[in-house]
Amino acid sequence: MIATFATLLVFQALGEGLSYALSLPIPGPVIGMVLLLAYLMIRPAVVDTLAPTAMGLLRHLSLLFVPAGVGIMVHARLIAAEWLPISMALLASVVVSIAVTAAVVRALQK
Amino acid sequence: MTPKLNEIWVYLAASPLLGLTATLLAYQVASLLYQRAKFNPLANPVAIAVAILVLLLTLTGTSYKTYFDGAQFVHFLLGPATVALAIPLYQQLPALRRDWFALLIGMLAGSTAAITTAMGVAWALGASPVTILSLAPKSVTSPIAMGIAEKIGGLPSLTAVMVIATGILGATLARTILTWMKFTDHKVMGFALGVTAHGIGTARGFQVSEEMGAFAGLAMGLSGVMTALLLPLALTVLGVI
Repeated sequence: MIATFATLLVFQALGEGLSYALSLPIPGPVIGMVLLLAYLMIRPAVVDTLAPTAMGLLRHLSLLFVPAGVGIMVHARLIAAEWLPISMALLASVVVSIAVTAAVVRALQK
Repeated sequence: MTPKLNEIWVYLAASPLLGLTATLLAYQVASLLYQRAKFNPLANPVAIAVAILVLLLTLTGTSYKTYFDGAQFVHFLLGPATVALAIPLYQQLPALRRDWFALLIGMLAGSTAAITTAMGVAWALGASPVTILSLAPKSVTSPIAMGIAEKIGGLPSLTAVMVIATGILGATLARTILTWMKFTDHKVMGFALGVTAHGIGTARGFQVSEEMGAFAGLAMGLSGVMTALLLPLALTVLGVI
């Protein structure tokens, strides 16, 4: 568990470092994910060591969004003033995005 | 006795312990309710946990800043969790190799549709420019979305809230929409979920199947990177910013 966590943090740090050094618009953790994927392709055996802890962490992914979500408190006034355009924009965009993505993938799939 | 209790409260409220404990407890309650509701997407655990915490903080007069001093430890784990997505992704590589073209085009079409619909509807209904710009990157994972918002002149913290709201809506509605469109392939369903609802959609995907979760994670990473690269450029070329 500790080894897996250390591995994840090392790849995150590599990603953060690259993102900063090359002033990339992509956040460090996303670059870290790509780097870890490349590493797994070179050393497939590592997957079995990482998988249990990593999948455990991903099973509780929703918990990790809670602190940012509570931030709604800070913008309560703005959101209350513009609740109609905001909620309609979110709703329409979610429906369209799900339908368009799925329809295009299905149309082009082999 | 009362002043003593009061002192203890003041002491505890000032330490990060309370924010962290409250976050985990609220999530635990939300998860239990979600299980009780037989994983009905309407009982989304993020939405319930956030509602409990906002109520709690409002009632005790605690500021978001004080709360976040403790909650930041949970927030921090988003980084390693994003890196961890490489593992399910690796396990789905064969499927990814076979359908990479369809997935790439689907992601570009879906992301473009999400951004234009959100900005268009908000503009048509009279939202302020800062709100419209804060809405633009809301379909991608919060660290990327906040970075984009800053770049294009939105409010990063408002964007974070929009990102979470989008994630909850997407996780709640995806199955209904996709079942209605007669989709059964968990790969395609997961991918649409990830393009639209980023990490919260991915979390929802993993609750249904590992395949759905992995493809949602893939879509989240892919659309995050592409949106970060293309959205600021597109808005500049179109003269929006």
